[in-house]
Amino acid sequence: MANETITRRIDRPALVVAALLLASAGLVANDASQQTIVSTYGLGPTAVPYVVSICLAILGLTHVVVAFKDGIPTPDKADTGAILSIVAGLVGLVACIALGGGFILATALIFACTARGMGRRAFAVDFAIGLVLGLGIFLVFQKLLTLSLPAGPLEHLFF
Amino acid sequence: MDTLLALLHGFTVALEPSKLLFCLIGVFLGTAVGVLPGIGPALTVALLLPVTFKLDPAGSLIMFAGIYYGGMYGGSTTAILLNAPGESASLATALEGSKMAKAGRGGPALATAAIGSFVAGTIATIGLAFLAPWLVEIAVHFGPWDYFGLMILAFVTVSATFGDSPLRGLTSLFIGITLGLIGIDKLTGQARLTFGVPELLNGIEVTTLAVGLFAVGEALYVASQRAHAPEEIIPIKGSLWMTKQDWKRSWAPWLRGTAFGFPIGALPAGGAEVPTFLSYSTERRLCKYPDEFGKGAIEGVAGPEAANNASAAGTLVPLLTLGLPTSATAAIMLAGFQQYGLNPGPLLFAEKPDLVWGLIASLFIANVMLVIINLPLIGLWVKLLAIPQPWLYAGILVFATMGTLAVNGSPVELTMLFGFGYLGYLMRRYDYPVAPMVVGLILGPMAEAQLRRALQISLGDPMILLENPGSATLLGLSFIALVAPFVMKGLDKFKAAED
Repeated sequence: MANETITRRIDRPALVVAALLLASAGLVANDASQQTIVSTYGLGPTAVPYVVSICLAILGLTHVVVAFKDGIPTPDKADTGAILSIVAGLVGLVACIALGGGFILATALIFACTARGMGRRAFAVDFAIGLVLGLGIFLVFQKLLTLSLPAGPLEHLFF
Repeated sequence: MDTLLALLHGFTVALEPSKLLFCLIGVFLGTAVGVLPGIGPALTVALLLPVTFKLDPAGSLIMFAGIYYGGMYGGSTTAILLNAPGESASLATALEGSKMAKAGRGGPALATAAIGSFVAGTIATIGLAFLAPWLVEIAVHFGPWDYFGLMILAFVTVSATFGDSPLRGLTSLFIGITLGLIGIDKLTGQARLTFGVPELLNGIEVTTLAVGLFAVGEALYVASQRAHAPEEIIPIKGSLWMTKQDWKRSWAPWLRGTAFGFPIGALPAGGAEVPTFLSYSTERRLCKYPDEFGKGAIEGVAGPEAANNASAAGTLVPLLTLGLPTSATAAIMLAGFQQYGLNPGPLLFAEKPDLVWGLIASLFIANVMLVIINLPLIGLWVKLLAIPQPWLYAGILVFATMGTLAVNGSPVELTMLFGFGYLGYLMRRYDYPVAPMVVGLILGPMAEAQLRRALQISLGDPMILLENPGSATLLGLSFIALVAPFVMKGLDKFKAAED
């Protein structure tokens, strides 16, 4: 009996995927239904979205079935701390660019946070390496590739 | 004869000093990323796309192709010395290769891999040079319905036929196709799925998706699995050179590997995993020393390594002649063509013969460069593995954000990049393939355009897709490829129940 309950267990990740797929199907169909421009002949801009929406719905329903049967593969245990550290770096980077902090600072931030997430315990050193790396890339882009990267206070200090 | 002339002309382009330099940079980078576990050629080309969009198109494309070939060479190094395949294409190599290294025969294993890659790469590139013009002749007569059929076939084979699970592959594909719907519809100007966000009007950038999925996703995944410590490097003992016996046992597997790799790579199914494993099992069956298999048989390294290089050349056939990407790297190379406003296909052969044939000729040069830089410099490549992983992945993320910032430095684009990165992490975690998603984003809008063009010509009659022999065959094949894995699975279950 105990064995039965284990195999009968509903696979939660598969259900989440199913819900997301069904939601996207609804979203795509809803967006298509609200479109105003139609072609005079041939396929309009809404035809393919409707087809895609139906396919997403089918995939979603299949995931529901899978959730009650075998489920999707169970992953190994993840190191949540590592993920959090890198995600913090990524969020910090977006904030830094959005608030005008400039490229070099953003680079240092993501470099140090990723290194920390990967197990290094020398945040200040890594931050300094990131600053130098950011400065180097900024110079190469500005002078060699003539592509401009977002500038902040640090960049204005040099140029 | 025309092909030879065109190829000779290609060599005059590829032998220009600047092109040689691009080629050299490409093969160096390619070997390096092939050696480093977790970074593949697809990711590298994706990272370089934004950086190169102001450079010379021919040079950049030669560099990308060099990276692709180099990645196939470099992958064998980690597979043999670390038992950690740098990418899926060298999974089969690791089976026998690491055993050989443990038995102190790492040198000959690396040598047969490199020379086999050279032999296979050269033969397959000759195949590419002669097959491509012939396919172009056929492709000229393709109508939009044929292209539509071809793309549907590519969708099905990339996602359903060769993955672990057709369901997860198709899910990945349809997420990509859905993302491809976002933006202004090119035929009518209707905005689709933009939700009033102006940054979405131009659609999702392929590079943003690819860099997010491959670079950010991979970094997150590696960080999350750090507890499972990496393996030790096995030092190369003894001679690097192959004995007479090794040569005798290697040449046939090289040729057989090429025979598997090139055609399968050229099919719209693509990928390097299938031919490498086919080659491995064939060698295992044909080997005169069957008891050596599992303990380090040189045939098990020679065959798969030749197969994966040949498949790389094979993948370029549909890419160049039809504009059809059949692997993740090819998909991103297509994005590379598109960033210069070039569309691979029959027209490109007619309009830019310099570029196309220069690219093909450069593949021969890349092969020569690779065998030279791989064998004597093997010690250098092994040292690459000593780079601390934290710095390596921190550097990759810096590169990833740098590329996005240089092209479109808006916080919205960055947020998308990281969103895709997290999605890529989750997909890796739950064993969903990411390549179909990239293919879906690139080919989805193209398939829709071809379908609508076909139906405009037929005045809305969908039967045109089935009345045309070309598209009918392709759609029929797609249907079989889609249904086959499910039917086979059903048959397996049936068998299991009978037991």
